[in-house]
Amino acid sequence: MTKMRLADRAREIAKQPWGLWWMQAQRLTRIELRRNLFSWKATWIYCLAFLPTAIMLIHLLADKHPSFQMSEDTNILAGIVQLYYIRLGVFFGCLGIFSRLIRGEMIERSLHFYLLSPVRREVLLLAKFAAGSISAVFLFGSAVAADFALMYVGFGAAGRDYIFNGPGMGQLEAYLLIIVLACLGYGAVFLLLSMMFRNPTPAAMLVLGWETINPVLPSLLQKISVASYLRHLMPVTVGAEGIFALLTVETEAVPRWVATAGLLGLIAVVLTYSCYRIRTLEIRYSTE
Amino acid sequence: MNDRIIFEDVSKFYGEVLGVNRISLSIPPGITTLVGPNGSGKTTIMNLMTGLVQPSNGHISVLGLAPSDQLELFSILGYCTQFDFFPRGLTGWQFVLDGLMLHGMEEAMAVDLAQQAIERVQLGDAAWRKIAGYSKGMRQKIRLAQAIAHHPRVLVLDEPLNGLDPMARAESIALFEELSRQGMHVLISSHILDEVDRISDRVILITGGYLIAEGNIHQVRQEVHEKPMQVLIRCDRPEVLASKMFAINHCVEARLHADGKGVFLRTADIDQFYSMLNGIAADGLVKIDAVAPADDDANAIYEYLIGKDGSPS
Repeated sequence: MTKMRLADRAREIAKQPWGLWWMQAQRLTRIELRRNLFSWKATWIYCLAFLPTAIMLIHLLADKHPSFQMSEDTNILAGIVQLYYIRLGVFFGCLGIFSRLIRGEMIERSLHFYLLSPVRREVLLLAKFAAGSISAVFLFGSAVAADFALMYVGFGAAGRDYIFNGPGMGQLEAYLLIIVLACLGYGAVFLLLSMMFRNPTPAAMLVLGWETINPVLPSLLQKISVASYLRHLMPVTVGAEGIFALLTVETEAVPRWVATAGLLGLIAVVLTYSCYRIRTLEIRYSTE
Repeated sequence: MNDRIIFEDVSKFYGEVLGVNRISLSIPPGITTLVGPNGSGKTTIMNLMTGLVQPSNGHISVLGLAPSDQLELFSILGYCTQFDFFPRGLTGWQFVLDGLMLHGMEEAMAVDLAQQAIERVQLGDAAWRKIAGYSKGMRQKIRLAQAIAHHPRVLVLDEPLNGLDPMARAESIALFEELSRQGMHVLISSHILDEVDRISDRVILITGGYLIAEGNIHQVRQEVHEKPMQVLIRCDRPEVLASKMFAINHCVEARLHADGKGVFLRTADIDQFYSMLNGIAADGLVKIDAVAPADDDANAIYEYLIGKDGSPS
């Protein structure tokens, strides 16, 4: 009986207009990207992403690069990724990008145009999430890649050797994976918060606080955190010295695949709940 | 597929605030006007129909489709809301085209339909300009273009004549009439009653979230028994006709027309009144040129049932 029911359910799912949904999601994503990436309102996110790149450029032009300093620069780059990008840049950049997707449109009173189109609300939400993710990954991913290139290009042949024959390329891949997962993770969280609260910023500050104290929490609670998964993916361990010690508490090691799968699972749960929220979302601009 | 828009005992509460209460409607094709003062529940009815808000109680279907069936519903329905806001940075053309592209049609077809819709609302070259630079009337037109671009079977228009100059109003009304002749449902909320009155097949009167009356304007007027009906009679001797009508005690009020060639008579029993009038005409006392009801338009009904200030007169 259960098998028959499952088979019926599978047939029903297969009958859904997946092709149409896919096409609508692509078109919605294109519309959103046009608005996310090519808008004056996005300028501050560009600045947030490329601020370290500008500093790296000054460092490249102004400082000498003896090869013995490469190890120190590698640690600095790891620190920038973990302490600037993950904790600040990607965090606030995603807050800006993803909270605008639904809440921003409610404030601008233009969300109803999407809700009045023949698009399932779940498709709308996921397409908006995809557009936000592509925007964030494009900005922060290219910023980190530029930082990486600028960090090692000054070392000349030694730098090239480190990248292509040493651990450099693996580290770059790990950084990019971290940026992608950070954008998806924070993006999903902020998209949900923006649907739950008229002003998601105070809730985002609570998330920032939670992420900061997360390493000292019991291991079960640590799993409800984006940064805790990302920490286990860092290719270079950042030394916990001085004020950084507050932000980098050593925790039990977790395999990379567990960290990646765990974060993807967290994202899936948050997005599923967001889909439920958008199903019941009502347009009442007067209360915004 | 059912050809009616049906509300079955629908209520909507915004927290403790009443939106609409126990509304039951069955709207056939044609032009239907929602009439009521501000905050009476007109927009709530339209938003309920289109799923922008969900009913607290009751059931709604639009040509057999539930408002939650977005894919099917918005393929056959266009809604021109009264929200005068647009997605940032778009030109009129992009706005209409983006909407059509979400239907999943080929780009060439979407371009063709967008072109047709923009021509239909006579926006012309302005479509290539940013909406941010449009006048209120142009914004109204581009919203209308987007609502009709995919050739819907149901068109919902919330205050569609707001901001339009007299010429544009006349053009829009002609468009609504044309769409109605094609068998569409056109549901309009408007406070410009004089203009929509002429084209409406039926009215829905609503106040304070309650349905007051529904149906053909003339039928609704006749059902307002406590308000004597007013009739304009064009004749050669209006004063004689008025005195005769008073004499047979069938008239409660008489007023001469400004041009002296007619009289407004108010009667509590319209059927008896017409019968008496026929008698007077047959006697040859007065030569009657024309007889027409003078207060069975939406304006008068609105005033009787709802009142100028929202309370019945």
